[in-house]
Amino acid sequence: MADLITTRNTPRADDVYQMLIDVHEGLSKPESDALNARLILTLMNHIGDPEVIRQALALARG
Amino acid sequence: MNKIFEIPLYPYARSADQGAAEPVRHRVVVVGAGPVGLGLAIDLAQQGVEVLVLDDNDKVSFGSRAVCYAKRPLEILDRLGCAAPMVAKGVEWNLGKVFFDTRQVYEFNLLPEDGHKFPAFINLQQYYFEEYLVARVNELRASGAPIELRGRNKLTAIEPADDHVTLSIDTPDGAYRLTTDWLVACDGAGSPVRKMMGLDFVGRVFEDNFLIADVIMEAEFPTERWFWFDPPFNRGQSALLHKQPDNVWRIDFQIGWDIDREDELKPENIDRRLRAMLGEDLRYQLEWSSIYTFQCRRMEKFHQGRVIFAGDSAHQVSPFGARGANSGLQDTDNLAWKLRLILDGTAPESLLDSYDAERIHGAAENILNSSRSTDFITPKSETSRIFRDAVLDLAETHDFARPFVNSGRLSLPCTYDGSPLNTPDELPYGPARSRPGSPCADLPVPGGYLLDRLGGRDAPRFQILAIDAEAPSAFAAHGLACEVIALSSVEAPLVKDRYLGTASGAVYLIRPDQHVAARWPAFDATAVAAALARAIGKEG
Repeated sequence: MADLITTRNTPRADDVYQMLIDVHEGLSKPESDALNARLILTLMNHIGDPEVIRQALALARG
Repeated sequence: MNKIFEIPLYPYARSADQGAAEPVRHRVVVVGAGPVGLGLAIDLAQQGVEVLVLDDNDKVSFGSRAVCYAKRPLEILDRLGCAAPMVAKGVEWNLGKVFFDTRQVYEFNLLPEDGHKFPAFINLQQYYFEEYLVARVNELRASGAPIELRGRNKLTAIEPADDHVTLSIDTPDGAYRLTTDWLVACDGAGSPVRKMMGLDFVGRVFEDNFLIADVIMEAEFPTERWFWFDPPFNRGQSALLHKQPDNVWRIDFQIGWDIDREDELKPENIDRRLRAMLGEDLRYQLEWSSIYTFQCRRMEKFHQGRVIFAGDSAHQVSPFGARGANSGLQDTDNLAWKLRLILDGTAPESLLDSYDAERIHGAAENILNSSRSTDFITPKSETSRIFRDAVLDLAETHDFARPFVNSGRLSLPCTYDGSPLNTPDELPYGPARSRPGSPCADLPVPGGYLLDRLGGRDAPRFQILAIDAEAPSAFAAHGLACEVIALSSVEAPLVKDRYLGTASGAVYLIRPDQHVAARWPAFDATAVAAALARAIGKEG
């Protein structure tokens, strides 16, 4: 079973971060919240491994 | 015309017990003549155990109430001789649709597997269900089976002792007392027996109300389960539409926590809701309406000495998923043969501990599934609602999101993993679905279906299923005679997929409730005897 990647793994970090900010451009707070939820669900499905998701949730919860 | 639930089906009649000088002793007394109590009584009586059912009423369930019955309970009811009229009367369905606002976002098909005698689900009003069970009770009684159903016999007090329970009962002719070896409380979520014993029933309360309107209407809707999240006619809430026999439609509106019950139940207010949902020119007749709230909770133990709890008295779930009556019948299926073996001295009283272990496992599974459905239907926080709506949004166009949609995970049979009665799996590469603890999967065999031949109808019968394997023609150990059923994968090809896997042959030990106790690649008398001992609570 795979572990959550917690080392640097995103090439072009600035570009990717800007994509995340830009996608919310012009949205109201409820629209942004809905987008974030859809995004999390989509990425969660992409990861697919419940154990990796569990580790990511724990990391985010702090 | 009177509805069946308005007619006394088991009217009060004075019993000889009422004039007896000393309380008359019974083997088993069941309190409550609902689906669970009647199911248990029929099972016991078929096995020759003397059973008396007491109910404070004399009619079947008022209103439709439980309407959705799954395949496993139908298989159990078939063993009890009641399934045929239920399936004949019931409405079979496979397709479910989920709507969000005005859009259909998801559709599911129960896609029943081939080769089963019974459909995945039928819808049937609880009053019909109980009527057929009462008819079966009467049929058994007429044929001399030791079963009796006493209406308007209200239990008022119990005194448990080490080897019996004394009951005080109120009737239209006054009070009387009797004693019983075993008392089984099938008296519902509000169980008076549980209260009399001061036992806890703890869990989670859901702060929500649901309005049921069962209406009779000529409607064009297909026979499908339709579920709405946040529809225009019930903003911010959910709704359900489901067909029952006789053109009765179950309509269920979520209406929130802070409501005026009396006001909501006024026919003009129900009418307003129905017209908003189904159109202003709707023509219908309201058969039954009710407002319910629910909790998910269970008792810590399902029996205490000689008092046993089954069905809603022991565990309660939300209605989403059809897990109430369905799980209650799995309780009685589990309990009846154990009680019979204990009563006739074949098994130790400690066998009853396995009823707790197995059915608490079942209840925990049902409570988990039911709580999750409820959390999806009624999100408990703003964030929870945002995720719920995101799932529904994505589900419309993206298949990957559909498994997250939860409008009720429909009842599936419980596998007793980890049960003390199981012998560890000895069939390498055998199908996981038939591992020890599983309910046997049905399949066509020459002359009928496999489940027609399995299980104890007139006695708690253990059976040995020899599939493409050598076995003696009969086997007995520990006071139990086992019937041996030989099955060939040539005559019953589906047995490969459901019982053999990649094994060339297999021997299964099957319990009287059609669950697998043990399995091996070949017959070994010592191993089978040991598994049989374990399965009746006599270790090794």
